[in-house]
Amino acid sequence: MKKIYLDYAATTPIDPRVAKAMSPYFTEKFGNTMSLHYFGQEAKLALEQSRDILADLISAKSNEIIFTSSATESNNLALKGTALANKSKGNPARIGYAEGVAGGHIIISSIEHPCIIESSKWLKKQACLRRQGFEITSIPVDKYGIIDPKDIEKAITEKTILVSIIHASNEIGAIQPIEEIGKICRERKVYFHTDASQSFGKISIDVKKMNIDLLTASSHKIYGPKGVGLLYIREGVKIEPLLHGGGQENGLRGSTVNVAAVVGFAKAAEICKKEMVKENKRLIKLRDKLIRSVLKIKNSHLNGHIKNRLSNNANFWFEFVEGESLVMQLDLEGIACSTGSACSSFKLEPSHVLLALGLKPQEAHGSLRVSLGRFTTEKEINQLIKVLPKIVKKIRAISPFK
Amino acid sequence: MKKNNNICGGLYTPKVMETFKNPHNYGKIKNADGIGKVGNIVCGDVMHLYIKVGLNKKKEETIKDVKFETFGCVAAISTSSIITDLAKGKTIKEALKITKDNVIESLGGLPKIKYHCSVLAIDALIEAIYDYFLKNKKEITADLQKKHNNIQKAKEIIEKRYEKWTN
Repeated sequence: MKKIYLDYAATTPIDPRVAKAMSPYFTEKFGNTMSLHYFGQEAKLALEQSRDILADLISAKSNEIIFTSSATESNNLALKGTALANKSKGNPARIGYAEGVAGGHIIISSIEHPCIIESSKWLKKQACLRRQGFEITSIPVDKYGIIDPKDIEKAITEKTILVSIIHASNEIGAIQPIEEIGKICRERKVYFHTDASQSFGKISIDVKKMNIDLLTASSHKIYGPKGVGLLYIREGVKIEPLLHGGGQENGLRGSTVNVAAVVGFAKAAEICKKEMVKENKRLIKLRDKLIRSVLKIKNSHLNGHIKNRLSNNANFWFEFVEGESLVMQLDLEGIACSTGSACSSFKLEPSHVLLALGLKPQEAHGSLRVSLGRFTTEKEINQLIKVLPKIVKKIRAISPFK
Repeated sequence: MKKNNNICGGLYTPKVMETFKNPHNYGKIKNADGIGKVGNIVCGDVMHLYIKVGLNKKKEETIKDVKFETFGCVAAISTSSIITDLAKGKTIKEALKITKDNVIESLGGLPKIKYHCSVLAIDALIEAIYDYFLKNKKEITADLQKKHNNIQKAKEIIEKRYEKWTN
């Protein structure tokens, strides 16, 4: 049985064109970008050319891009780096000894990736001497998972350092109005960071037009290798590094650069740029066919908005069905998907994103995420459409709820 | 292969997957002698267990038939199926001695994070037997009463959660 992969939001295979571009950088062009000799120069050149390509994709300057090991690292750096570099923002210059100093303020949304949420929690705990930990505000979303920019405007105070909002949700594909949010942040002189891990390469982004100060992108979501991500940091943004070392990446990220991965990342981004419009059209057609067919199953529901979502994302919930069982039954049929069910999480809690939409825990329990990609065919979608109703029926037959 | 049983990313054993694929004894027993309805407040899984009690040759009360209905994950469905296999044909006295470890062993192991599913299966069996005792006005030991009281607390929370589906 040929396996069908429909979990492209988790990760993607490396495009053969990307693998080909990377291959010389493992054995022949293996130099350290910091070395002075030929091998070092060769590696450095490849690094800088890759940086140019990626910067161009989001209309940034090359010196505004730094490479990291992952989107998780980029998000950690964006939050902790700006928080620590700007912690005195909004505090009066002189403070009486008795009063103590308020920590800075950071705004996130209720549907961020765990690495943003966990970084925020960590910052909240960073109290020392007379300084309190950072204050975190989480902005709610509507039933489709969309943020009202006015809520962000209301939440900004004189102590607000950063607003960090996920561009497109990894779970429900909801696309946020980041241009509006960017405008508000710029007017109020607050940094704006967006986690574009899922949207980069799928939606065109212009950091200048959208007033974005920091942006996270990931390679392995766009048919590039794992182990490399980037952080766009607008010129002039005050930020502290997390990794201190040998001065790589403008001193913001010590570590010998993984040149092969960076070259692959750039090649992957280049392909996405070239194929984006056509590919989105193709995927939307497949996605909408899938949504229409799945919603014919009795007591099934769509999570997120019917139109305002990533071209490759569909997310459902089925009454009386538990998601892990659903995913494993599909896997037995050779189809790979994912779920936000509590049983599938290491914390045994349902997806915070689905709960933020207003779903009850038992409803999130029955969720199924299908994410399409470059190698998804209509035949594969037809196979899922054929198999899914039978599986839902089978699990419901075992369930005490009908 | 090394036994994969750590907290992050424990994999299911082939026996768990086989049981999940073809669970035994699922469904309802009409006119059951005892029904155990339990829920897990942590993950939200729900299990209903039905038993039919008769006498064996030695005139001991024996579980003649047992069926389950489960709303839950792979581990919950597998442990449900296994508990029916373990309990079927046993005297009530023997059935009350089945432990979560018996369930886990019968499945060739469970990821640690899924141990609570084996507890749910044991609780469902205890509740079904308790229900049978109650309906037939049999003596309930202090130990069984204590177990029942604990299980009830979780059940109330879970039943409230699923109100919409049960009415």
